[in-house]
Amino acid sequence: MHKFLIRSFVSSLVLLFTLTVAAVAKDVKAAFVYIGPTGDHGWTYQHDVGRKAVEAAGFKTTYVEGVPESADAERVLRQLANSGHDVIFTTSFGYMNPTNKVAKEFPNVKFEHATGYKREHPNVSTYAARFYEGRTILGTIAGTMTKSNIIGYVASFPIPEVIRGINSFTLAAQKVNPNIKTKIVWAFTWYDPGKEAEAAKALIDQGADVIAQHTDSTAIVQMAEKAGVYAFGQASDMDKFAPKAVLTSVENNWGPYYVDRVKAVANGTWSQKDTWHGIGDGMVVISDLDSQMPADLRSKVKKLQADLASGKVHSFTGPIYDQKGNLMVAEGKTADDGMLAGMMTYVKGVEGDIPK
Amino acid sequence: MIIDINFIGLIIASIMASAVPLILASCGELITERSGVLNLGVEGMMIIGAISGFALMTVTGSLIIAVFGAMLAGVLISTIFAFLTQTLITNHVATGLALTIFGIGISAMIGKNFVGIPGKEFPVLFEGLKDTIPLLGPILFGHSIVFYFAFALPFITSYFLKKTKIGLIVRAVGDSPESASNQGINVKLVRYACILYGGAMSGLAGAYLSMIYTPQWIENMTGGRGWIALALVVFSTWNPIKILIGAMIFGGLTIIQFHMQAIGVRIPVQFLTALPYIVTIIVLVVISRDSRKIRLSTPSSLGKSFHKDN
Amino acid sequence: MIKIVKRDQPPRAIFFFTPVLAIFLTLVAGGLIFFILGFKPFEALKFFFIVPIADKYGFSELLLKATPLCLIAIGLSFCFKSNNWNIGAEGQLTFGAIVSGGVALLFYEQEGFYILPIVILAGAIGGMLYASIPAILKTYFNTNEILVSLMLVYVSKLILDYLVVGPWSNPEGFNFPETRQFSDSAKLPLLFEGLRIHAGIFLALAAVVISWFVFYKTYLGFQMKVSGFSLKTARYAGYKGKKMIILVFLISGACAGLAGVGEITGPIGQLHREISPDYGFTAIIVAFLGRLHPVGIIFASLVVAITYLGAETAQIFMQIPKYTGQVFQGMILFFLLASDYLLFFKIKFIGSKK
Repeated sequence: MHKFLIRSFVSSLVLLFTLTVAAVAKDVKAAFVYIGPTGDHGWTYQHDVGRKAVEAAGFKTTYVEGVPESADAERVLRQLANSGHDVIFTTSFGYMNPTNKVAKEFPNVKFEHATGYKREHPNVSTYAARFYEGRTILGTIAGTMTKSNIIGYVASFPIPEVIRGINSFTLAAQKVNPNIKTKIVWAFTWYDPGKEAEAAKALIDQGADVIAQHTDSTAIVQMAEKAGVYAFGQASDMDKFAPKAVLTSVENNWGPYYVDRVKAVANGTWSQKDTWHGIGDGMVVISDLDSQMPADLRSKVKKLQADLASGKVHSFTGPIYDQKGNLMVAEGKTADDGMLAGMMTYVKGVEGDIPK
Repeated sequence: MIIDINFIGLIIASIMASAVPLILASCGELITERSGVLNLGVEGMMIIGAISGFALMTVTGSLIIAVFGAMLAGVLISTIFAFLTQTLITNHVATGLALTIFGIGISAMIGKNFVGIPGKEFPVLFEGLKDTIPLLGPILFGHSIVFYFAFALPFITSYFLKKTKIGLIVRAVGDSPESASNQGINVKLVRYACILYGGAMSGLAGAYLSMIYTPQWIENMTGGRGWIALALVVFSTWNPIKILIGAMIFGGLTIIQFHMQAIGVRIPVQFLTALPYIVTIIVLVVISRDSRKIRLSTPSSLGKSFHKDN
Repeated sequence: MIKIVKRDQPPRAIFFFTPVLAIFLTLVAGGLIFFILGFKPFEALKFFFIVPIADKYGFSELLLKATPLCLIAIGLSFCFKSNNWNIGAEGQLTFGAIVSGGVALLFYEQEGFYILPIVILAGAIGGMLYASIPAILKTYFNTNEILVSLMLVYVSKLILDYLVVGPWSNPEGFNFPETRQFSDSAKLPLLFEGLRIHAGIFLALAAVVISWFVFYKTYLGFQMKVSGFSLKTARYAGYKGKKMIILVFLISGACAGLAGVGEITGPIGQLHREISPDYGFTAIIVAFLGRLHPVGIIFASLVVAITYLGAETAQIFMQIPKYTGQVFQGMILFFLLASDYLLFFKIKFIGSKK
């Protein structure tokens, strides 16, 4: 009896020891700083899905949600860096300056800033997704599915990311249907369900029968469902919010990148990078295609998706003209990343001016 | 672009839908203020109503329980305000403000488990009649019961204040608590009732947002509408019928602005959004400069505590 | 039998005891909320109120957070003492930040000792200008200052929004809604290497000292008290009530404007859409909690500042929802107002008379 107890004690000690060793080898802690609540079912929600993938890969994670982009962001970052986190993902553009500032003070902590362009220190990387590739697919579907030939587009802020999305969407839609018109409404918010719903309603009242969005809440697809028009989910699969309206969603899939980077920190192979991944690398994912879409459209979209992934098709392939008719991209050429990153002009076919 | 008569009907209908929460909360606050109490906690009571309605709908599955539960939640939270200001005779401004801060915090805390859940469809009435009459069809038909209630409320409120005995008592209490008290009216009881009624209406306004207007729960989803409701009461010079007009202007500006954008008219968005606030200030100045006019419309004891020595 | 009797004079001991009582009750109620949410109450309270300020850095952050709150609350105490309900300090802060930020941008990439004083002054003037609107409307048009000052908060935020999205946005910043970073000469100097606490704290301390002097050592302070009881009595006594109203609003606006300057030329260093997490509203709690007394306000601003920091720490280490901070702020004010009852009323236990 005693022997048994001792033996089991020893074996559990050994087990404990091995477990500890295993844990030490992977003892990298990652922190995530979010702008919104994790339950927004949009931008922050998807980042948190990515964080859970990191947890599933066996790493410890911490997150802080609803961190304002005011003076508070810097304190949160410093606190995370100070409390044993090895890599910190800052998931909103507004954290750009605080991220670089704190990174300077903590050279041993890695910082990963989403959607920004400043990498002032060797321990700061930036990452973003080529969402415009997803919008090429949405444009193709919208151009095919519209009957009124008016497509509504709820936009957030006139920054290159959003302009690029509008352009890629419109180019794709016009390719399948030269008669379409894209009506754009700027909501000047990323996240305000009431306002987004009102913007969508205005577009629907003006005759739009397909609504695209570059804001984050589910209010727009719900409004589309109510009005009986089509819409696309943003950031996450929004099908359950509007099963009839949502044709497909462009999902932000950060998980693989996050796991990759945290592993790199654990292995000591992390180095500064500027990552811009699209459909090919799985950072942009197209949700299931709704059965309301005709079969030939679905297969066409599947092929387009594969071609965008392989690089056979580029969202911005010449000839592309701006609104005044000046050539932006020559025939046979594609827009380079520099041009895409700073894109602040509409392509031909988009109506109206970019608000100043 | 399409300018037909139905199009205008559609725009008016969306403006009315956006005005509903403002009308509800303002009409409630109007009664509270008429009794001489200034409750700055409208935003807090609204957000509590929004989360309570959504949570009850998700948990019980019953829309009726959810709607009444949201009103009850508004009543409960306003009881804190009533107890503090009436029984403990605290400052109205500070207490109302505390109520708003507390309400936003506590709603987010309760709401943690309800984010990202789709809401249920709220039934609309007379959907089939929408296309029967041009222009008026979309305005009159196909709305929720709360919508119709909201548009009836200003008239009910007006009738209540002018024609019923209790209404006259409420006004008497607001205009001169001392003389009302001398006539044997229980000032505190009346004020308690008016505060709780205001809470119920704010709760309903919140539930409209989270259950009907954008059926989902999101932190801070009232987005300052409670403060606008407060402004509306002043804008209306404590006249419920004018609340109707004011709410359409306040709610409608955003919608008109989006329509103008969609047809390609560019105006600074921020200027348009600021307009209702500036208009309210101007209205305030106009009604206040004439001391006779302000006495006629403002409850004279507004915001002042009343305590009867015994 | 219990009888409630009105006091003639609030006893001084209770005057300063009730805020302490309010904080204590908040802690108890807060612990209870933590318990209901399934957290260990004492551990949660520790992470909320002790851990954030356990080191030098945390203490500096506490002061950083308390500075604008204290500054605004001091200004507000001038208004509240004289029964002027300026609740638009948030707007005055924003407008002050806009004016001083605009001046700072004019000096972009310029250096010089004279820049910072001009930037600071601009902020104070901006705040005063904005506060003068409700003051003038109140004195000359009899308009309710609560509502006017509140409406102006929204207007100011929209002005800021318009500027940082449009004309003032950083030309090299890809149209993102933010201005350029201010040059070093337009920024408040840091007090210690590695800490964020900046020279703005001296502005707050100066405000404390000046307000104490004004309240308790000058005729003006006496006047304010009188006019606080009633504008009519003040006028009857021959005081210039209108001038008084405008003066207290200007003081309060200047303080709020300076708080805005402290934020944008201190830790932020530029203008963008979110420059203040509603300091102007929270400062109202601070003013009440501090009993409109300069020294009381210092302590109150520290207490309220810690609810902000604690909410973050508790979230990072215990995954407690961050809104507990707001709940605490609301509760402190509730309890304080409630316990004020003891100030004005005495609860007497008396045996039944025969």
